[in-house]
Amino acid sequence: MTTTAQTHTLVIDREMAHPPEKVWRALTQGPLIEQWLMANDFQPVVGHRFSFRATPVPGWNGVIDSEVLVVEPYSRLAYSWGTMGMESVVTWTLTPTESGTHVRMEQSGFPSQEGPNYKGAKYGWQKFIGNLERVVGEED
Amino acid sequence: MQAVADNVFRALADPTRRGIFEEMTRHGEQTVHALTRHAGVSQPAVSKHLTVLKRAKLVRHRREGRETHYSAQPQALAPLVDWMSQYGAFWRDRFDQLENLLERMDK
Repeated sequence: MTTTAQTHTLVIDREMAHPPEKVWRALTQGPLIEQWLMANDFQPVVGHRFSFRATPVPGWNGVIDSEVLVVEPYSRLAYSWGTMGMESVVTWTLTPTESGTHVRMEQSGFPSQEGPNYKGAKYGWQKFIGNLERVVGEED
Repeated sequence: MQAVADNVFRALADPTRRGIFEEMTRHGEQTVHALTRHAGVSQPAVSKHLTVLKRAKLVRHRREGRETHYSAQPQALAPLVDWMSQYGAFWRDRFDQLENLLERMDK
């Protein structure tokens, strides 16, 4: 599976006052991941299938099915994020800075069924979401 | 509230319908004729799409003589914006927890 800039739907950037090696440990060691994200059986091995488990709530069993897609130590980590019939990819990028690490999380989401409308719909959504903030902003 | 959100998501899930909506957000109020020129489907099909958009309150119509004019109601996108910002809030909260963990961790 590949992801491109055209598919991303959510990007969060943050500067952290810690070296990339330390942030990497927090992103890739199961017991540490559990402390900030969710219980998991993650292994930093490409192709490893695992799940994140949260407390179930009505309408959601709390399970996120994942597969490790990219492991580039101290710089890039990606895994699929499948839940409630929606498949997306979460990609972490670490960039060293003078005071620590620039952490970027991108979640690119799209329906898992690749029907005939898939490409068009994906393009449409991307464009649409790009316009969304502007359109809603203009309405005020 | 959930039903309102369902109508909005369903209305915008169709690429043709979304195209019609986008056309109105870009170029303002339009007749079915004008919308049909852009949509690439028949006028009855455009009318059906407009009905679905109206049900989701994404479109408003106004009669003037024999013509009906349709315009986009972008404020009806609110459930979609809420949904997006909830997902954003989820990750921002996790980022906070990640930073808390890093503070507690040894170098």
